[in-house]
Parts: sequence; structure tokens; C-alpha cells
Amino acid sequence: MSAPSLPIDQTDAVAEQPTGSAIVFEDVHLSFEDNDVLRGVSFQLPYGETKALFGVAGSGKSTILKLALGLQAPDSGKITVLGNEVTQMHERDLFPLRDKLGMVFQESALFDSLTVRENVAYRLMEERGVYDEAIDVRVRESLRFVELEHTLDLFPSELSGGMRRRVAIARAIITQPELLLYDSPTGGLDPVTSNTIVELITKQRDVYRTSSLLVTHRLQTHQFDPQTSQMRVLPRGQYCDVPMTFLILRDGKVIFDGDIRQLAHTEDEYIREYIS
Amino acid sequence: MELRSPTDFAKQKVLAVQEYTLLAAQSVGNLFRKPLYFADMVQQADLIGVGSLPIVVLTGFFTGGVLALQTANTLQRFGSITLIGQLVSTSMVRELGPVLTGLMVAGRNSSGMASELGSMVVTEQIDAMRALGTDPLKKLVTPRVTATVFMLFFLSIISDLVGLAGGLMVAKLFLSLDARQYWSNAWQVLVLQDVFMGLLKPVLFGFIIATVGCYYGMTARGGTQGVGRATTQAVVAASVFILVTDFFVTKLLISLLSFK
Repeated sequence: MSAPSLPIDQTDAVAEQPTGSAIVFEDVHLSFEDNDVLRGVSFQLPYGETKALFGVAGSGKSTILKLALGLQAPDSGKITVLGNEVTQMHERDLFPLRDKLGMVFQESALFDSLTVRENVAYRLMEERGVYDEAIDVRVRESLRFVELEHTLDLFPSELSGGMRRRVAIARAIITQPELLLYDSPTGGLDPVTSNTIVELITKQRDVYRTSSLLVTHRLQTHQFDPQTSQMRVLPRGQYCDVPMTFLILRDGKVIFDGDIRQLAHTEDEYIREYIS
Repeated sequence: MELRSPTDFAKQKVLAVQEYTLLAAQSVGNLFRKPLYFADMVQQADLIGVGSLPIVVLTGFFTGGVLALQTANTLQRFGSITLIGQLVSTSMVRELGPVLTGLMVAGRNSSGMASELGSMVVTEQIDAMRALGTDPLKKLVTPRVTATVFMLFFLSIISDLVGLAGGLMVAKLFLSLDARQYWSNAWQVLVLQDVFMGLLKPVLFGFIIATVGCYYGMTARGGTQGVGRATTQAVVAASVFILVTDFFVTKLLISLLSFK
């Protein structure tokens, strides 16, 4: 499938990235009743980088995203997002911070009583109160990015699973957030639809350099070329040219955190088996 | 079914009361913080108020009618059949209008709120709303509470009126009483205390209906089965809460307002 056309002027795209880390987890512990979900998780996500979270089901990948958003609180440890220590913030103070973040939920989590248009415009309508022409332009732009402009007046129940994920991506990126969190955006989808979604995420990474945490089971070896608006497979030697690192969780602990070269040369049997 | 220790059970109940109290307090506190979501309030007022009108009218009318039928025999025995207007009037305004309206709206709307919000919780829509920077209590709970309190007030007044009309129908058609005398008695017997009691109760009941429905919805867990359970619990809890509150409010107002 060909890549969708770029909706936003490319001069805006790669803004100068601040130094430091968009997300910092420091010795984070979390348990539900007798089940230890996270046991001393620490990692950093530098600005402009995408970090893929790998791990078997139940290893705490989605929980890390919810902790970063402040939707859940850890038992102990420190989490800093865009310079704000979310573990010390009250729910009410988290709302302005969340305005700078975008989240794509595992099951899309679209508002089922709102149309696609209203779902995508939700954040802007909350800011301005009414659906005006300026919002409409941005909604169409965002939907064009995910190639779903024709679904404006449909309800989520009228869309396929893959289309719902793409609408969720459009909703997450409409305000061009500083940080994007993707929770298994390709989970349960057919290979063609998965490729489309991977392409959108890759484009967001390579064109806009948005800092992202991506829960996935796919190892990405592609790059988005803005000149041709096409995805291209990276030659082996150029894997490290893309701003992407990998974090692998096992039994609530981080067992790997590094780039593709380190991942390829790991001696750990479990990791080798996982990525094979 | 797994057996739990009494301590755990008690802790869970105390936690539930604490969570309910916080939700109820925040639903009121949010009225003083922007944004106010006025459009959502109007939409909920339409759903709750206008949507409940048919059942409230039917319930009120037939309750007034059956009240007149049931008491006519006793009143006739004492030669006081003309007092039937007074009896229907005080019963409807003080007690049956607000309570039956409250119970009917609880059955219709507490369940609706619990199932709607519960479905949003289990499909992560509430989390999505929080992730998009919106406070779900402000956006979903406060408009429902405000709309229910506001609309139940007027629904109770309508219920009182149609209840009196139901009593009039029985008095005129089955007891051959004079309609003007019925209305005159019904009107003149009411004092300020009766009206105050009849108008205070729906405000309290409206608050109970909405907060209980929203609480069970927002705390729903366990997929569609959990939503079903929350819906049932919301109706039962709201109905019992209304009846218990009714007793204590009536007792308190009788003491404070020195009813004759």
C-alpha cells in the first residue's frame, strides 16, 4: 500500500528537539494484589526517539504506558514525563500535561456515541467549545494522514478494526503532541492493515521526530523517505540511522534496553529466541 | 465462590462509601470550576426529564386514583367522604409524588447511567477521555447530577398535579362528588410546610439517583457481566437509599417545621 500524502507542511515537521528525556522511569514497582507487574523498571526515552516495548502478554508493557500518562500510580519509584514528575501530581494537574501527549489504545477506545469527525476533533472541541471551520480543516488533515477522510460522518461501530485504530491515531496526532504512546496498534490485525499502521507510525517517527513509546510485537526495519513519500527497507548497516531503541520486559523487569545493533549482538538466549 | 474475611469485607464497604462520598462531593464542586459543559447538562435534562415524563404522568395519575378508591370506603364509614380531596392532596404532595417519581426515575435513569458509564469504563473510553485531558467527573457526572436534580423537581410537581387529577376522576366518576368541592378542599388543605417538604425531597432524591447511578457505572469492572451487575446494583441501591432518606427527612422536617 502506498504511503499517504503528508498533511502538514514539512517545514513544521522536524522541529528542533529539546535535550534530555521525554520519559524517565526510575525504579518503578507496581503490583496488583499478589501479582508483581513491574519490579524495579528503569529506562529513559530521549526526545525525538521511538522506543519499542517488547515482552510476552502480561509482562507489563501496557501498564508502563498507563503509568506514563498518570492513568495509574505506581507503588513506588519515580516517573518523569516532559519534565513533570507525574508520580507527585494530582489528577487535576495531570490534565494540562496530558494535552501534550497522544495515546493510541489497544482497542482504539473511540467514543462510540460520537462520529469519526467528533472523535478526532474531541480535543480541539474541548479547547474551543464549538466545531468551527479551523477545527474542520485540522480534522480532515488528520484523517487524510490515516487515509480515512471519507469516514467523517460514520460511527466507530461502522468501521473495521484497522480503521478504528487509524482513527485513534488521527485523534492522537491532531494536536501534534510532544509525546505519543501506542499500545499494540497492530495487535490482532491482518498483515496488510498492520503494514499501513506501521507506515503511519514510522512516518510520525521519521518525519516529525515525535518522541514515542510503542508497545508492539513487530521488529521494525523500515524507514519513511519524505522525498518519495514511501517506506523503504533499511539495509543492514543503516539500522542505527533511525531514532529507534528497544526495551524488552520479562517478569516485570527490564532485561534489555538498547538499539538494534546491541539487540542483534545480544548473547541472551531468551532475547535471541524472542526476536528470531 | 471465594470466601472473604470479615475484615476485608468491612474494608471494601468503607472504601466504597469513601469513593461514593468523594464522587458526590466532586460532582457538586465541579459546578464551581470551568468548563461547565452546559450543553451536556441540557442534553441530559432532555433525556432524564422529558424522557421520564410519560412514566411519571402515568404513575402519578393512577396512584392518585387508587388512593381515592382505597380511602373512599373508610371515609364513607365516618361520613367524611368530602375530605377525599384533602387526603389525596396531602398524600401526593408530601409523600407519594416525590417518592414514586424518585423511584420511577431511579429505575429508568440510575440504570441507564450505570450501564452507559460502565460500558465506557470497560471499553477504556473513560481512560481515553482522561488521556485526552478531560476530567470524566466534570464531563459525565456533574451534568447528570445537575440535570437529574433540576428535572426531578419539576417532574414531582407534575406528578402531584396529575395525581390530584387521578383522585378527581375517581371522586367524580365513581363517588359522585362535586369536582369544584374536591379541588377546593385539595387546594385549601395545603400549607407552606407541605409544599416545602414536597419540593425538598425531589432535590435530595435527584441527587441520590444520579450519584448512585454514576458511582456504580464509574466503578464497573469485569466486562459486560460487570456492567450488568452495576446496572442492577444501581437501581436497587438508589431505590433503597431514596426510601431510607425519605423516612429520615420526613421525621426531621416534621420535628423542625412543627406540622399540625
